[in-house]
Amino acid sequence: MNEKLLLDDGTELEQVFCRPDTLTDVPYHYCPGCGHSVVHNVLMEVVDELDIQDKTIGVAPVGCSVFAYHYMNIDMQEAAHGRACAVATGIKRVLPDKLVFTYQGDGDLAAIGTAETIHTVNRGENILIVFINNGIYGMTGGQMAPTTLPGMVTSTSPYGRDIHMSGYPLKITELAAQLPGAYYVTRQSVHNPNAVRKLKKAVTKAFEYQMQNKGTCFIEVVSNCPSGWKMTPVETIKYLEEVMFPYYPLGDVKVPKE
Amino acid sequence: MIKGTVKIDAKICKGCELCIVACPQNALALSPNFNDKGYRYVELIYDACTGCVNCALVCPEAAITVYRQAKSSKKSQLKSE
Amino acid sequence: MEKEIRKEEPRLMKGNEALAEAAIRADIDAYFGYPITPQSEVIEYLMREVPNRKDKKIVVLQAESEVASINMVYGAAGAGARVMTSSSSPGISLMQEGISYIASAQLPCLIVNVVRGGPGLGTIQPSQGDYFQATKGGGHGDYHLIVLAPASVQEMADFVFDAFHLAEKYRNPAMILADGALGQMMEKVVLPPDGGLSKQPKPWATTGKTKDRNHNIITSLFIQPEEMEKVNLELQKKYEAMQSEVRWEEFQTDDAEILLVAFGLSARICQKVVDLGREKGIKIGLLRPITLYPFPYKRIDELADKVEFILDVEMNAGQMVEDVRLAVEGKVPVYFKGRMGGMIATPEEILQEIEAIHEKQNVLHD
Repeated sequence: MNEKLLLDDGTELEQVFCRPDTLTDVPYHYCPGCGHSVVHNVLMEVVDELDIQDKTIGVAPVGCSVFAYHYMNIDMQEAAHGRACAVATGIKRVLPDKLVFTYQGDGDLAAIGTAETIHTVNRGENILIVFINNGIYGMTGGQMAPTTLPGMVTSTSPYGRDIHMSGYPLKITELAAQLPGAYYVTRQSVHNPNAVRKLKKAVTKAFEYQMQNKGTCFIEVVSNCPSGWKMTPVETIKYLEEVMFPYYPLGDVKVPKE
Repeated sequence: MIKGTVKIDAKICKGCELCIVACPQNALALSPNFNDKGYRYVELIYDACTGCVNCALVCPEAAITVYRQAKSSKKSQLKSE
Repeated sequence: MEKEIRKEEPRLMKGNEALAEAAIRADIDAYFGYPITPQSEVIEYLMREVPNRKDKKIVVLQAESEVASINMVYGAAGAGARVMTSSSSPGISLMQEGISYIASAQLPCLIVNVVRGGPGLGTIQPSQGDYFQATKGGGHGDYHLIVLAPASVQEMADFVFDAFHLAEKYRNPAMILADGALGQMMEKVVLPPDGGLSKQPKPWATTGKTKDRNHNIITSLFIQPEEMEKVNLELQKKYEAMQSEVRWEEFQTDDAEILLVAFGLSARICQKVVDLGREKGIKIGLLRPITLYPFPYKRIDELADKVEFILDVEMNAGQMVEDVRLAVEGKVPVYFKGRMGGMIATPEEILQEIEAIHEKQNVLHD
């Protein structure tokens, strides 16, 4: 970060932002404009800033972010679909001094892994759960997720999600916040620079709480899926603001009492 | 105005344009050229960058390095004025 | 493994409890499990005993399901811990996806199956109906567990040590395949020595990336087919090497004209059949596979040269008998006697079967 740059007119510039050191050099496989990569960047920036690379162990899910371990230069485990929270429990229980996080999509965390998610939070497992909600199954080609909004078109709801047939979008973050084991629950996004700044603060807090053994921290990131939504990345910003955020309002859902 | 600049790693840029809309100075644009992966990458098109970091924060590829006028050099500049 | 001389007084214990106590003495780091009959005493014993062992640091956690249990095992094993779970047939079925991942990621751990009658919810009575599931992989993909089949409460305890030793030696999941009777019955047992199983470093484990090494990744995903095949070849090579660990036991096979093959509880019953038969002048011998994977094909093949016929006895519809037939390759007839659904054949019933076959054989030969 100390690299300096001298402009032609003699002005000296200092480096104020660069790729996090804890990211590997492997280019992301994600589609252009995908929020996954931004969240990866933020996580690794925080790991850099808190200097916890040697203490942090991540758990990757099944879904688009299945290869998260290729990019994050930390020890990681790849869990079976939906079981990241159970895997993280196993790691944290035998290595209680390490910092453990899961990184899961909406299908992984809120459909197939609902039981593990709820019970892990209910035990107050001292881990961070990062939940990426883009309302669609990206990896398998754009099928309906538990968080798909009513009327939203996906490849398995080609005429829009019908709540009479498929039920309602699951607000699992609010559900998790009801549990006494949840210490800090928040819903963030990465759709503009300020949102990214806020997410970074939330992740930093969550790791600090984990160091203090406070219980489960749960961060939902309402994100996009340009390919699945069949929009340009810039169009997804508008969709997030106009359609997703009214149903999934941003902000803290549960904050520590002290 | 504080001076800044960005270095964009054209090799890994996917031309998603999120940095372009995030730039308050409208100083970024897609290049007419393509990188090896076939994407039109983003370039700094004129010298209005303030080093605000917005583009780098939203860049999914972590492809942007940001530089900003050093506080000390700003001071020395003020003195000379 | 070499059997050491044990100084400890014998104790009268249930199979499940002896196994749990052996786990404590084997210095497990963690146990994750979910109650299911007939093996709930394992987690109950650990929950009760571990807090009293001030010298031990063991995590014992009741998970929300067998699915969660096995994935907790994955996480802890990947983090370098000596870890185990136990369950019974339906619970083990639920774990199969996780076990496949563990086998692919090459993580050592112990899975105990105290088998009950099936299929389905079945019965809580003893069975050997999970032989195929245990020895042929069980989940998806080409893999094997190391499978040990105890036949006494003593072995319920001893095999915990043997299973961890082998699992860690080969970085492979190991299974103790018991049954409801072995889990529930009480017998004399001399427990293995406390702390008698050393721990080796696991440089591959995810313990936090330090500056002096690359990041460790525990995964079973190898998306390029070339890479996936390479991993499979590596696994197959490992299974080949494991064949040297094959173990079995023989009773009166020296002069046997009829060979019984049985594992676990069935082998205990067949020991009695050997005695009853010899009282009547029928020269019966017994081979009892101790490791079901690897399987003693070669020894059974050798014995087949010396006997008139083989009777395979199991508490199922005939599972191990397929391996016995593979071993014998048609050299002598291989018959099967089985009871199912939690029923256990009596020694008299088995002897009658032998006599009936014997008679039939003689008619054929005359």
